[in-house]
Amino acid sequence: MAKRIDVSGLSAYYGAHKAIDDISMTVEPRSVTAFIGPSGCGKSTFLRTLNRMHEVTPGGRVEGKVLLDDENLYGSAVDPVAVRRTVGMVFQRPNPFPTMSIFDNVAAGLRLNGKFKKSELADVVEKSLKGANLWNEVKDRLNKPGSGLSGGQQQRLCIARAIAVEPDVLLMDEPCSALDPISTLAIEDLIGELKGRFTIVIVTHNMQQAARVSDRTAFFNLAAVGQPGKLIEIDETERIFSNPSVQATEDYISGRFG
Amino acid sequence: MASSIATDTPPPPAPAPAARRNQSTGRAGDKIFLGLSRGSGIFLLVVMAAIAIFLSIRAGIAISEDQGNFLTTFDWNPAGSPPAFGIAVLLFGTVVSSVIAMAIAVPIAVGIALFISHYAPRKLAAPLAYVVDLLAAVPSIVYGIWGALFLVPYLGGLNEWLDSYLGWTVLFEKTEVGVARSIFTVGILLAIMILPIVTSVSREVFLQVPRMNEEAALALGATRWEVIRLSVLPFGRSGVISASMLGLGRALGETMAVATVLSPSYVLSLHLLNPGGGTFAQNIAAKFDEANQLGRDALIASGLVLFVLTLLVNGAARMIIARRKEYSGANA
Amino acid sequence: MSNVAVQDARPATPAPGRGSLSHRSLPRWAGAGFAVAAIALAVGIGLAFDLQSKVQWGLIAALLFVLISYAVTTAVENKRQAKDRVATSLVWVCFILAVIPLLSLLWTTISRGTKVLNGYFLTHSMAGVPAFEQGGGIYHALIGTLEQIGIATLISAPLGLLTAVYLVEYGKGALAKAVTFFVDVMTGIPSIVAGLFILTLMLMFDLQPSGFMGSLALSILMMPVVVRSTEEMLKLVPNELREASLALGVPKWRTILKVVIPTAIGGITTGFMLAIARIAGETAPIMLLVFGNQLINTNPFDGAQSSLPFYIWEQYRVGSDASYDRAWAAALVLIAFVMILNLVARGIARWKAPKTGR
Repeated sequence: MAKRIDVSGLSAYYGAHKAIDDISMTVEPRSVTAFIGPSGCGKSTFLRTLNRMHEVTPGGRVEGKVLLDDENLYGSAVDPVAVRRTVGMVFQRPNPFPTMSIFDNVAAGLRLNGKFKKSELADVVEKSLKGANLWNEVKDRLNKPGSGLSGGQQQRLCIARAIAVEPDVLLMDEPCSALDPISTLAIEDLIGELKGRFTIVIVTHNMQQAARVSDRTAFFNLAAVGQPGKLIEIDETERIFSNPSVQATEDYISGRFG
Repeated sequence: MASSIATDTPPPPAPAPAARRNQSTGRAGDKIFLGLSRGSGIFLLVVMAAIAIFLSIRAGIAISEDQGNFLTTFDWNPAGSPPAFGIAVLLFGTVVSSVIAMAIAVPIAVGIALFISHYAPRKLAAPLAYVVDLLAAVPSIVYGIWGALFLVPYLGGLNEWLDSYLGWTVLFEKTEVGVARSIFTVGILLAIMILPIVTSVSREVFLQVPRMNEEAALALGATRWEVIRLSVLPFGRSGVISASMLGLGRALGETMAVATVLSPSYVLSLHLLNPGGGTFAQNIAAKFDEANQLGRDALIASGLVLFVLTLLVNGAARMIIARRKEYSGANA
Repeated sequence: MSNVAVQDARPATPAPGRGSLSHRSLPRWAGAGFAVAAIALAVGIGLAFDLQSKVQWGLIAALLFVLISYAVTTAVENKRQAKDRVATSLVWVCFILAVIPLLSLLWTTISRGTKVLNGYFLTHSMAGVPAFEQGGGIYHALIGTLEQIGIATLISAPLGLLTAVYLVEYGKGALAKAVTFFVDVMTGIPSIVAGLFILTLMLMFDLQPSGFMGSLALSILMMPVVVRSTEEMLKLVPNELREASLALGVPKWRTILKVVIPTAIGGITTGFMLAIARIAGETAPIMLLVFGNQLINTNPFDGAQSSLPFYIWEQYRVGSDASYDRAWAAALVLIAFVMILNLVARGIARWKAPKTGR
């Protein structure tokens, strides 16, 4: 069940350093939202505040509100563990559990969340691997370690692992930056398929990728190095890339900086 | 850096009498230096071989004069007529005390390592790690007198308690009166002694767990313990095993701490709380002063067994580490 | 705008309005509360059943603590949180369990050691002091220790350094593999076995006990440690430095002596000092090879000597109050010596750490 994300007045800190400042935006359900911007603009930090992963970094601290449908992720009674189960995440570099088999990797999240019968577990694993377009490649070696796969396959394994627990939102932090072009294409296709089921947010350095996969695009920027990153604008992807309302966005997209 | 090298650039080649090319001094130097360093390496191997050979020779002399059975005799009397001595009691005591030490120390050490790497407040973690490393440096004789003069009287109560509640297990049944100078006490003391080394090696391994593996677990909605179970422990398992083996190696060969605490006897008893028993190293320390020629050779023979035992344990530990290196290399 | 500073911990207060993401949670002080409750209960049980040993009290308290936290957390939060909490408390218990004996060891040594530790103790030998009486000191043992570890260092430092250089700079093939393997094996040799090995030499070549024999055994223990630590440090020297020097036409041996070793010298020194600290406390080989002596013998090559760890053993074996006092005082001196070596070594390591910019 995809959910809408409503962010208001969100700032994040590393110790005393403010990494992002006062960000407000809405992420629509069943769509792909891309975050673009120069290095250090805080787009990844912002992404990590959406499933409360930011606060696990030493000194990490967040102010503001993130509403998932109507529930504030930073509400006082909210359990960050439950948040992370609801908001899945895929990282920059594929990170399957190295000692686990492919099957166990996908089943890891399910096993955490309670008891499953073996057959049920196998069903969910198959469904998730199919959902990640990986089933055909690995169905004969589900008991082999996940670290034996290629980089692109590993990343799809991580996506399968993330979607196996049926999250409401899927966050992707530059999921293709460590992959070759063919694997990147496979992941991009996958994102297109997944958006029917999940709310997807993707951080990317690659503007063509943002243009290809996303429905809406948010542009982040920072005034200077050491200054906090800010949201400049968010709009339909088409508009951002053809006719953005802010000059800085146009400069960035046309390659004048960043 | 670069400038300091520049000032060290080749000295004007010294006139080399016998050579056409001016690097010849360098070449001769290289040869000498290589010879020296390779020689040191070879010397090390020679020493190892010498240890094995010389110990074996003397052990052979001793065993050939032994009128008892070297493996099964429950006595150590090389000065008697006929001389009879055997390592049964010593082997039992050595292995059992070390196993007790491992059983106590390894879980606790893993706990402390996790405490330092994942639980302790950041500001506390670094000094703690430091203190643990320092404690690894406390000489064993100091542990020994502390064990004998402080721990032994203190453990009396615990022994009574174990006897009355766990006496039915036979292992914890105390059938003899006497202070707690038992194999069990030795095990506890050894556990305390190997705790720092097992902790610091395990801690190193836990700290090496790639951040992205832990984040993978976190992002799936894992609690802190589940993160540890999913990514830290599997990654660190072989490291913990080899750390334990290193600790076991130390426990097997520990001399002074055992010699001070144990009141030795040549009785093989499953009642671990009874005073008595012995270990290889302790026996050597205790019997050396009064040993005659054959007595010394007999002790050397028992030392050879201890040597082989520690070799096996350490070899196993190294193999595990080596395999882990290959594994993580393939993964990088 | 709500203003929450979030740590990765349970939220401090349970809030009424709960959605799917929140559940009832225990207040932050719950852990401390459980601990207090468990200790109070344990004390109660201890008094009620008149349990003598405080160890029992502690064990009961620990057990109660784990049970209470698990039960309450399962009831209020859920099983996963309960497991997490129990794991956390177990880790803390481990830590406390380990700290108690180690602190006790340090405290006992310091409190008992300071009794007779004074200038006289440091500057006099045991000459003419009956073992059961007070008086005497460790001067002879100090001299013995310093000479023995000095000679051991002179033997094993160059050999260890060169071996490490061989392994890092030249080592390829079977020989290097064998050396690496046996260095590891050698690290695990029990000190008493090293002592026995030198003893076999003494028996075969009819040598007499002396400080030097002890030094030989100590070098066997020290060498692998030096090799290992030096090797680690040499490996940290970036290859670019070697290449830069070689590219300038500097022969390899000069590159090693003038570039590689100086770069790593801080770490190498640290390794040496830690190795010295390790052998300074060895008793077993001294017992077999140096024999001990009540008098001052400054010649390590002739006649029995004493050493600090051996002195402790000797005084412990006498078994009188006066000798126990001397043993503790000597233990304090030994610990202080080893600790200072360690601290200085680590200080050097930090100060001279190669800036590899990790």
